[in-house]
Amino acid sequence: MMKDKNPHFSFRLSCLVNGQETEREIESSRSLLEFIREDLGLKGTKEGCGEGECGACLVLVDGKAVNACLMTALQLQGKELVTIEGIKGRDGGLHPLQKTFMAEGAVQCGFCTPGLIVASEALLRRNPRATLGEIKLELTGNLCRCTGYEKVLSAVEKAKKLL
Amino acid sequence: MDAKDLKVVNKPVVKMDSMGLACGEPAFTDDVEFKGLLTAKILWSPHAHARIKKIDVSAALKVPGVKAVLTYKDLPRVPHTTAGQGYPEPSPYDTYTLDNKVRFVGDRVAAVAAETPEAAQEALSRIKVDYEILPAVLDTAEAMKEGAPVIHDEEDSKNIPDAKHNIAAKFEFQVKNGEWFKEADFVFEHTWSIPYLQHCALEPHVTIAHFDNAGRLVLRTSTQVPFHVRRIVAQALKIPVKKIRVVKPRIGGGFGSKQEVLLEDITAALALKTGRPVKLEYTRKETFISSRTRHPSRVRMKAGVKKDGTITDAAMEITLNTGAYGSHALTVMMCAGSHTLPMYRIKNNIRFVGKSVYTNMPVAGAYRGYGATQGFFAWECLMDMMAAKIGMDPVEFRKMNYIKLGEGSPVFKAMGEGREGVEQVITSTGLFEAIEKGVDEIKWTEKKAEYAKQTGPIRRGLGAACMMQGSGIPEVDMASATIKMNEDGSFNLLAGAADLGTGSDTVLAQIAAEVLGIKADDIIVTSSDTDITPFDVGAYASSTTFISGGAVKKAAEKVRDMIIEVGARILDEKKEDLRLECGKVVSKSGASCPLSEVANTSLYYYNQHQITASASHFAQSSPPPFQANFADVEVDTETGVVKILDYVSCVDCGTAINPVLAEGQNDGAVLNGISHTLSEEMEFSSNGTPLNASFRRYKILSAADTPRLRTFIIPTWEPAGPFGAKSVSEIGINGPLPAVANAIYDACGVWLFDAPFTPDRVLKAIKQRR
Ligand code: FES
Ligand code: FES
Repeated sequence: MMKDKNPHFSFRLSCLVNGQETEREIESSRSLLEFIREDLGLKGTKEGCGEGECGACLVLVDGKAVNACLMTALQLQGKELVTIEGIKGRDGGLHPLQKTFMAEGAVQCGFCTPGLIVASEALLRRNPRATLGEIKLELTGNLCRCTGYEKVLSAVEKAKKLL
Repeated sequence: MDAKDLKVVNKPVVKMDSMGLACGEPAFTDDVEFKGLLTAKILWSPHAHARIKKIDVSAALKVPGVKAVLTYKDLPRVPHTTAGQGYPEPSPYDTYTLDNKVRFVGDRVAAVAAETPEAAQEALSRIKVDYEILPAVLDTAEAMKEGAPVIHDEEDSKNIPDAKHNIAAKFEFQVKNGEWFKEADFVFEHTWSIPYLQHCALEPHVTIAHFDNAGRLVLRTSTQVPFHVRRIVAQALKIPVKKIRVVKPRIGGGFGSKQEVLLEDITAALALKTGRPVKLEYTRKETFISSRTRHPSRVRMKAGVKKDGTITDAAMEITLNTGAYGSHALTVMMCAGSHTLPMYRIKNNIRFVGKSVYTNMPVAGAYRGYGATQGFFAWECLMDMMAAKIGMDPVEFRKMNYIKLGEGSPVFKAMGEGREGVEQVITSTGLFEAIEKGVDEIKWTEKKAEYAKQTGPIRRGLGAACMMQGSGIPEVDMASATIKMNEDGSFNLLAGAADLGTGSDTVLAQIAAEVLGIKADDIIVTSSDTDITPFDVGAYASSTTFISGGAVKKAAEKVRDMIIEVGARILDEKKEDLRLECGKVVSKSGASCPLSEVANTSLYYYNQHQITASASHFAQSSPPPFQANFADVEVDTETGVVKILDYVSCVDCGTAINPVLAEGQNDGAVLNGISHTLSEEMEFSSNGTPLNASFRRYKILSAADTPRLRTFIIPTWEPAGPFGAKSVSEIGINGPLPAVANAIYDACGVWLFDAPFTPDRVLKAIKQRR
């Protein structure tokens, strides 16, 4: 539900969302997660806790993985946001991580999956040869109660080879 | 039929919904938008036990944007249970959508619907409640004492065996073949406990109530039990079943917590009151406190053994804390015995005494493992104690005593879920192979020898534990499915079964595809929409593959026969000579015609009819899956820190319909169990207020915390299951507590009786021993 906009606290936000120039009038208290899910209608980014403790809301801001529930929307000013909807392969089709998550059976309920893919993408962009230990550390911010992480880790390992 | 003849079943078909989920497609309850959606919020009780003397909502109603405020005065008073179980439910009817009494910190007081979350929150703060605070009781032993506060003192609750002593459920049974422990050379007796534990499904509980264009109420909800939701909401709000449609979208995990009707009744009431769509979503904190938990338990177990390894007698006495309401109080308690006591042959006497007790604490409910988690912690540790005493290898001791093919147990008949059980014998088991595989993978023999030479403060040890569970509730659970054929030779499968993230849609499609001789992706699955799909009890009791899968197989067989009928006409051949293969009707003669031709013939050309069939399945038995678990641990005897170095879990689930998904089920269950073992525990203040209701403070394991964990599927063939399948989803959660406890004993000679095995508990046990 959109909050009633109070013009007093509203500011013009311009940013890049999944490659598209986006401009909105946004209240200063609006969280990045509310902006993504409610204002932009992009539902792939999830809310599992709203407190920065589960990673379901992870998105890329200027290529870095951040918890959308912990940022305000206005902190996006002039930056580039990539959500799960913007994560694509080079050919515009499935991203290697999406392919390996599917093939390895790393998606069970799938509620944590967008966050896990975003976190893995941020890591592999930074460090395409990340070791299993590095992957595990990077993913500590993403809780998954379904998979036991085994298949998630093998999906990320396999994706390294497809990048 | 044999597993090697299978073409689609037993293959790692990619989970059908995984692409959409991996791409962030809107799939979950809260991923769609409704025009004019109101936000609901609940006012929670700050007191563990109190009566509402006065409640004034006038100021709340004046908050701009507030559309409705409901208290107990606004709703029909209907005692019911939130447990989503077959009707009539074996659980007490002790819950009211809203009541004039609150029974734990976090109980519902009132509900608000407003245009914005802020307005709803503001309205909550303006509800004035005048409470008469009642003495609270937080402990089961205290609660049963004469003169303890009576938590359910209302006149109209039903099915509570002893409300005066706060007993929500009780059950006893005994097999007596002579004097107790007469033949035993050694007798052991101990008590094991498990604390309050949370499910932690990543998607919090959420329901959206809205209206269709005929004004019917539609509940889009994160549930494991859509059909039970429809029935219980109709009952609680006194509206006809025909006025309600329940839609289950993708679900972000449940693990039992969503086998409850928790949000749907109040959300529906708010929607009916306002005539507007309403969403209620619990925050993570609310999910921790006000949804459901595992039943905290005390299991006292006494068993006797002869020097030759014969188990002579076993008695299990269990007390569960059900919290403020008795949801699943009887059935979880009974499963603590019924799923565990048949595991080993007990020569003479068997006894089970169980109680579930009300306290002014959060409400326990269904949780993956369902009592077996509590029961096996005791039973499997006791097994190791007996083995150690008689000087037998714990693995050999188990091999000697576990229930074998063709054997039964008096427990099967004596104890079901909430009532008498069903007599059965074991019709498939791979436990021997599972044990052998596990011994091999964990290097039991080599490491035992190596660890025998240890000195110094860091000690390693090995532990084993064997498990069984059920596959659905025999003679209770029913599932059904409908299949219809389309022009291109694809099929719609309409299944009542509720995929809560497990992959059951894919598994059911594989079963149908195997029968129809097509690829799994030629099956379009629609599951759990009470307007569209036929009935299914829902996703619980490890029933979906076995029972819903049975229904799908039968429906597919009927459709196959109809296809062959038409095919025989097209090919001008005898029906007996025809079979379905690779999307065609194929004859022994070599002639064939594609399924699309069959569909078109039946739809447009000759003797026109829709090729479609429905079938139901109801099972007379609940064939147990079996599992052997092995843990290799390291204990720092100076700090009490326990590290799991390797965990091997070998599971016999019959035919794994989809081996990758089956492994995933087991991996997840095992890690949840390891998390119970090492860290999870809800903490409370002295008045019952939860203190660690967040992921930061209630630690579940992350990827980095996860030890080496390996699942091996041990194939067997269960004659009663679809293509030889049994269940797989729950069994894995029960292994880690006893396997790790046994490994800790092996490492440093101390037994741990209370979960979780935190460093201070381990250290305390080590110090006591010294
Ligand atoms: S929703 Fe942001 S971390 Fe959980
Ligand atoms: S797949 Fe369900 S939480 Fe990760």
